[in-house]
Amino acid sequence: MVELVARTPCAGLLPLRVGAVLLDEVAPGALTSVSPYKGQAEALSKVLQAAHGMGFPAPSRATGDRQARAIWFGHGQAMLVGPAPDPALADHAALTDQSDAWAAVRLHGPGAEDVLARLVPVDLRAGSFPEGHSMRSLLFHMTASITRIEDGAFLILAFRSMAATLVHDLQTAMEAVAARG
Amino acid sequence: MRIPCPLCGTRDRREFWYRGAAVDLERPAPDAGVEAWDDFVYLRENPAGPTRELWYHEGGCGAWLVVERDTVTHEIGRVALASEERS
Repeated sequence: MVELVARTPCAGLLPLRVGAVLLDEVAPGALTSVSPYKGQAEALSKVLQAAHGMGFPAPSRATGDRQARAIWFGHGQAMLVGPAPDPALADHAALTDQSDAWAAVRLHGPGAEDVLARLVPVDLRAGSFPEGHSMRSLLFHMTASITRIEDGAFLILAFRSMAATLVHDLQTAMEAVAARG
Repeated sequence: MRIPCPLCGTRDRREFWYRGAAVDLERPAPDAGVEAWDDFVYLRENPAGPTRELWYHEGGCGAWLVVERDTVTHEIGRVALASEERS
């Protein structure tokens, strides 16, 4: 019998420190996309609150904390990050297991905003993108989900198949920011 | 050029994919006849001025948007979710 070893999406690539900016891989736990059925958004939010402790996020927002997050993930969709989804959620929403399908990294340290400013066409400075805000946009050439989480850090989710590109693009921007001193 | 997405806020043009005139919102009935279908599939206005178009926010929230755009000035007018324009 072959012994299979689990590899994280960014295994061998992270962690990375360039200047004062740090990039770590995050083990997000289970990832489940949650899409409320028509007219069920409010009922779903109540079930989500009771089961996992946070409501369904408004557009461009994230709810929850380190243990369990609900990140707005697009039109009529959120990503439940952390716990296995409560079965009661399925009464109000389409659930899809996306665990292991996304690379999750955390970018933090002074200058993290400058790094993202080189890659993302959205203002991610704290003034317009404080903790609890989230967005879908482009990170250089690929789509990504970026959320401002605790301690001013950014949680970035991108397709697992693009993990090496994600790290490469971030590293290039980190080096460019560090080179400016 | 920037498009104010109702969900994401104002975003750069590179996040959007252009579909064309917003005729898809008024699809003829299957038995509407050859002329209506010919018009729906092939015939388009080419105005110098305000148009009503479908754009896809592929680099953002993934929503289809109905965008009013002026082809002369590139000014963007009203933007709405296609899902809500239809119902």
